[in-house]
Amino acid sequence: MLVSYLSERPYRGLLEDDILRNGGFFGMPNEMFDRDRGAADYNFYLDEYLYAEAVGFDGLALNEHHGNPFCMGAVLDVEAAILARQSSTAKIVLIGNALANRHPIRLAEELATIDVISGGRLVSGWVRGAGPEQFFNNMNPAYNREYFEEAHDFIIQAWTRPGPWRYEGKHFHYRQVNPWVLPLQKPFPQMWIPGNVSLENPIWAAEHCYPFIGLATALSATCEMWDAYADRAAELGYQAGPENFGYLAPMVLADTEERAQELGRNFYYAGGHTGFAKAGYAFPPGYNSPSAIRRLARMPRDTWLGANRVVLELERQGKSPVVSDVEAARRKAESTYAKAQTTLQTIVGTPESVLPKLKTIMEVLRPGSLIIGGVLGNVSNEDRMRSVQLMGECLIPEIKAHAAKLGLVDSFERIPGTVKLQPGENRAPVADRKPLEALGLA
Amino acid sequence: MDSLFQHTTVDVGGIPVAMLRGGSGRPLLVLHDELGFAGWMGWNRTLARDFELLMPLQPGFGVTPRCEWFECYRDVGDFYHRMLREMDLGPVDVIGFSAGGFIAAEMAVACPDAFAHLVLVAPLGVRPKIGEIADVLALTVRSHVALTVSRVDAPEFAEIYGGAMTTEQFELFEAARAETSRLGWEPFLYSPSLPHRLGGLNGLPTLITWGTEDLVVPRSCVDIYEAAIPGALRADIDGAGHRPEIEAPEEFLTSVCSFLSQPALERNARV
Repeated sequence: MLVSYLSERPYRGLLEDDILRNGGFFGMPNEMFDRDRGAADYNFYLDEYLYAEAVGFDGLALNEHHGNPFCMGAVLDVEAAILARQSSTAKIVLIGNALANRHPIRLAEELATIDVISGGRLVSGWVRGAGPEQFFNNMNPAYNREYFEEAHDFIIQAWTRPGPWRYEGKHFHYRQVNPWVLPLQKPFPQMWIPGNVSLENPIWAAEHCYPFIGLATALSATCEMWDAYADRAAELGYQAGPENFGYLAPMVLADTEERAQELGRNFYYAGGHTGFAKAGYAFPPGYNSPSAIRRLARMPRDTWLGANRVVLELERQGKSPVVSDVEAARRKAESTYAKAQTTLQTIVGTPESVLPKLKTIMEVLRPGSLIIGGVLGNVSNEDRMRSVQLMGECLIPEIKAHAAKLGLVDSFERIPGTVKLQPGENRAPVADRKPLEALGLA
Repeated sequence: MDSLFQHTTVDVGGIPVAMLRGGSGRPLLVLHDELGFAGWMGWNRTLARDFELLMPLQPGFGVTPRCEWFECYRDVGDFYHRMLREMDLGPVDVIGFSAGGFIAAEMAVACPDAFAHLVLVAPLGVRPKIGEIADVLALTVRSHVALTVSRVDAPEFAEIYGGAMTTEQFELFEAARAETSRLGWEPFLYSPSLPHRLGGLNGLPTLITWGTEDLVVPRSCVDIYEAAIPGALRADIDGAGHRPEIEAPEEFLTSVCSFLSQPALERNARV
């Protein structure tokens, strides 16, 4: 079992009401960015990562988002490069680079540099990027999947095919491919694929024998993704197991239950991830596959008429409609927070009180990799550090012991795709839904 | 749907183009907007008295299959030119709405002789000098549709969109917006070279019409079209939004019918 720590690196200098009035984090005007505050936050988060390594985390996980204070990490490879030099033993786990939003030749060089400097500790995850990212980077969402796959295939070639050579693809073109620095790990670093509820990503990951990471998804839906992955793996002749799966569990710990609950509200500060962006940015045209659109189309929706003229005019001007009922938005966030604890998608408490919940997740999903997601919102440095300390000192030993008991090997202990199935042999289960029934989460 | 209206298919280079045909008289090519065919409406019925309406459903909009090699609106225009040639249609009248106007303009500059009259209704395709083309792809489908009219209670708009959004409607709109994204994401729904090419439309009778309350295409776009096309006529419709044919059908039809009734210039009269 590989246990990693992830922080969203939230900017902590804003009033919650300002974000709620904006209708979400994305598109908050950057005139509200205080440069001194931002500098202090960035440096603290790097220190926090190094502390996580010191207290026992096996991996330091980074993600990125753009144009908003929810996650300041806009160029995760820069932070990864710093950690490559400053950390010692932990894997540097990227979950991940948005392949559609970067020039792949530059990515190949950046990632190789990080792997070389870190002494071969890079885990290079790939994501498609959230909806707002397509607007921020002006990358055509209708070609997102094509960009993703072409960039992926190109980077593999760039790391494995002796150069120089010329590349003429559909979306990318290079006169001379010959990255001088290649990854230290041969043939290249492990690649992990994080995802939400779409079944297309786990199936794609299975086709490449890449570990798939559920991003705090509902447990029953996660089981469905695991099954989709394992079914495809079986078709391709291998048995998926814990080495093929990882799970992100958002968590904050404190010395008392009351204090932990107080801090945990920050997971839904200004709506949390549910308030990331307004609806128009969430599902850009062409970003979703026709089958995903069909699922969306079946959801109950509003009528066409009755659109608010003021809102439309603001949208035309590229401005976010102002949310007038801030208290209602806050109540919605509170309610989401309460529900997320019952579904185990947000874990809050003392080490003793959260351990049974974590064990349940491990028993249901059987992941070889666990990524603990640090708290969001406006939490002080001291409270954040204490939470990381409690995770490392009190929880990680228990997690590892339980993982050993369950046989949860990670992708370094057993290479994904190496457990072969004979033709006609049925695959073994990859998840155990029984505990969910008792919790009413099936 | 009106019984005068027929579903046909035209094969163009292996792509079965769904072609709606209705009415009788001179052929009138109708190029729908970036949201797709909205339905057989009052303006269709009126024009169908004097014209045979030929309405291809744009490839990739959910009915006609995608044409994988399309990269921009100019490609769509070339494709439609081939369709007209293979249908053996001589100079025809054409009316294009919004992105359909963009396509019609691309077709006209590529081959002005293919058309007898050109009608551009709130056309996309040029970059405004003042204001911006509304970023309709950053809106939900519902907001996008609502933005196309100045009044969501306009009678025909309510007739079409007055009920709950059906699954089929949602899927067709999303297909249309996805294809629009493929063709027009960058630069956003315009061609930098089009204004320079429009100057070659000497002698092609052209009418540009636009609603003064258009929230999608700024006035500056139609000003650029008007200035670039020699002899272009202009008919603004007060109070209408991006779809004057729905919001102000009488004024719209008066302008369009009057224009289309004027004789087209002889080929050799074009300079």
